[in-house]
Amino acid sequence: MLVAILAIPLACALLSGLVPWRPWIGWAGTVSLAGVLGCGIALASGVLHARAASGLDGVLRADALSAFMVIVIGVIGVLAACQGVRYLDAEITAGRCTRRHASLYAVLVQGFVTTMLLAVLAANLGVLWVAVEATTVVTTFLVGHRGARTSLEASWKYIVICSVGIALAFLGTVLVYLTALHAPGHGFHALDWTSLVAQSRHLDPGVMRLAFALLVLGYGTKVGLAPMHSWLPDAHSQAPAPVSALMSGVLLTVAFYAILRFKVIADGALGPLFPRTLLVIVSLLSLGIAASLLLSQRDYKRMLAYHSVEHMGLIALGAAAGSTLAIAAVLLHILGHGIAKGVLFLASGEILLVEGTSEIEHVPALLSRRPILGGIFAFGLVALLGFPPFSLFVSELNMLRAEFQVGLGWAAAASLVCMAVIFAAVMSHGRHLLLGPKGTAAPDITPALVAVPLVGGLLLCAFIGVSAWPLGPLLHAAAKVVSP
Amino acid sequence: MTSSVYASTLGLSAALVLLCAVVTLWRRSLGAIVKVLAVQGAALACVALAIGFHEHDVGLEVIAVLVLGAKGVVVPTLITRVVRHDPTSRESQPLVNVPASLVAAGALVFLSFAATRSVTALEPTTAGRLIPFGVAAMLVGFFALATRRKAVSQIVGLLLVDNGVALVAFLATAGVPVIVELGASLDVLLAVVVLRVLATQMRAHVGSLDLDQLAELHD
Repeated sequence: MLVAILAIPLACALLSGLVPWRPWIGWAGTVSLAGVLGCGIALASGVLHARAASGLDGVLRADALSAFMVIVIGVIGVLAACQGVRYLDAEITAGRCTRRHASLYAVLVQGFVTTMLLAVLAANLGVLWVAVEATTVVTTFLVGHRGARTSLEASWKYIVICSVGIALAFLGTVLVYLTALHAPGHGFHALDWTSLVAQSRHLDPGVMRLAFALLVLGYGTKVGLAPMHSWLPDAHSQAPAPVSALMSGVLLTVAFYAILRFKVIADGALGPLFPRTLLVIVSLLSLGIAASLLLSQRDYKRMLAYHSVEHMGLIALGAAAGSTLAIAAVLLHILGHGIAKGVLFLASGEILLVEGTSEIEHVPALLSRRPILGGIFAFGLVALLGFPPFSLFVSELNMLRAEFQVGLGWAAAASLVCMAVIFAAVMSHGRHLLLGPKGTAAPDITPALVAVPLVGGLLLCAFIGVSAWPLGPLLHAAAKVVSP
Repeated sequence: MTSSVYASTLGLSAALVLLCAVVTLWRRSLGAIVKVLAVQGAALACVALAIGFHEHDVGLEVIAVLVLGAKGVVVPTLITRVVRHDPTSRESQPLVNVPASLVAAGALVFLSFAATRSVTALEPTTAGRLIPFGVAAMLVGFFALATRRKAVSQIVGLLLVDNGVALVAFLATAGVPVIVELGASLDVLLAVVVLRVLATQMRAHVGSLDLDQLAELHD
């Protein structure tokens, strides 16, 4: 089962590499990601009834948390793949992209999804690191796929900063390995997550403190947490829209998944205070930076990118609280933010395609000129700002509740202040983008191919916000994995 | 191998890794910097080989040979090709000048000894005491990355960071498990290939490998 989840996108990558580009290959990619989603759901129901699944001689392992992340990757992957076909068609028609480039894109997207799946299915924390580093290597070309000078700059910054960050995470992993080798009764599998958690009380606290700080800083770079976030607005605004959706919606949280896994070990070795303090610091720093920089954004894709920094800060704060309620809310937020941000990035790609600019100033009155596209963008922003009925409302509320319960009320209050500033900033940008006088031209109708998946995504986001079924038990089980 | 030969081989090689890192701050010719990087890769392989012999660990000896091939030969060759096509292959204007960089490197070495006290206390062996050298090489790599403005210097800085971390891994735990080691080396190789392609594109778009020419994205 676990091998199948990895094999589907890998086979699809091979297919796209060997056969010259045709639109049906793009649709095959969508089908492959739908297959991943189906396998993820089957896996989730499997691990809910039995214990964790393992595969490939113990290299792969899936518990409820891994299964949940596979589902997140699958949902946003399907959304992004639908739009990917449209993106490539438009680029080829406009002559900006050759068929070979289109094939390269298809291969890299499937490879990108495979590496993310490997990251969440790895039993060994070293393999997890290898997979996260591989996502950087694979996505660099995708960031620069448009081939402009600015995308080149963004990809250079992206790979250099993320490689440095991930090197820090490797040092942290090595130090964890060192403490595990010194703990009594270590086995052959000293980097195996389950055995590390089991013996976390015996790990050397001095080294573990250094290791966890390095891991938060290192994986935090890939999450887009301050102070190593500076690559994020550039890469997310320059990448093609489907890639931005995948990077912002899932890749950030896959890196955060690594921090969650290590946090359990650090909690065991150091007690909850040190990991909590560290996460609160990076989280408030990220929220502050996002709030101050969102005010002055003029580019709607950069606006969305900074909004991701904010949401990663909120997730980090929720993880700092660390109770089962908090982690369940964090996981729901990971899914809700992934869908909403994915839909918004895909919609912004469509806006860029039809309007030809990503400056907020030059795209006024979208709601009256392009009612469907504008409506999707408006509802996406509403979801992202945390209004009911969308799931982000539920998750933000529960994260705040959990933070007050564990005595992080002051941090929750600070995060509310930042959220208020961000709310005002996004509202003012959004008002300019969406509202305005109606022009003389007839409203432009967005093709159903674009609109249907995006509306579907928003409906899904609203559905999981209203109904606990069918995610409730999975969220609870997944939260139990990484909370006391 | 007797223990004194082991200790001196290990000490010399680890010190050479750090020395190479510092020399990259001192030299300005990019060609020379890449040669220094190759020497550093070889020194790193020596460390792995010495530990492999000492601990009778055949797996580690094999990895040492691979490291020599990858970091001593393949990676420097890949970068040399980029340097050769660059008309002005000198780091002419680093953000921090050379004497100040060397002073900073000295401070970073002290810092790394202070920061790794808990690690050396946990692993007080011949190899474990040398861990600060690896951390220092890594920090010097960070410094190079932050202050050098040529594409090639940044690639070298990245590799310095990577070699520093690899040195820590060899010294602290006699290397990570083989599957992780192989995956990590593959990732680094691919990252260098990607950076090379980007550098080639940069020359085509911008006409030079100066990162200051690429500064359109900001807030």
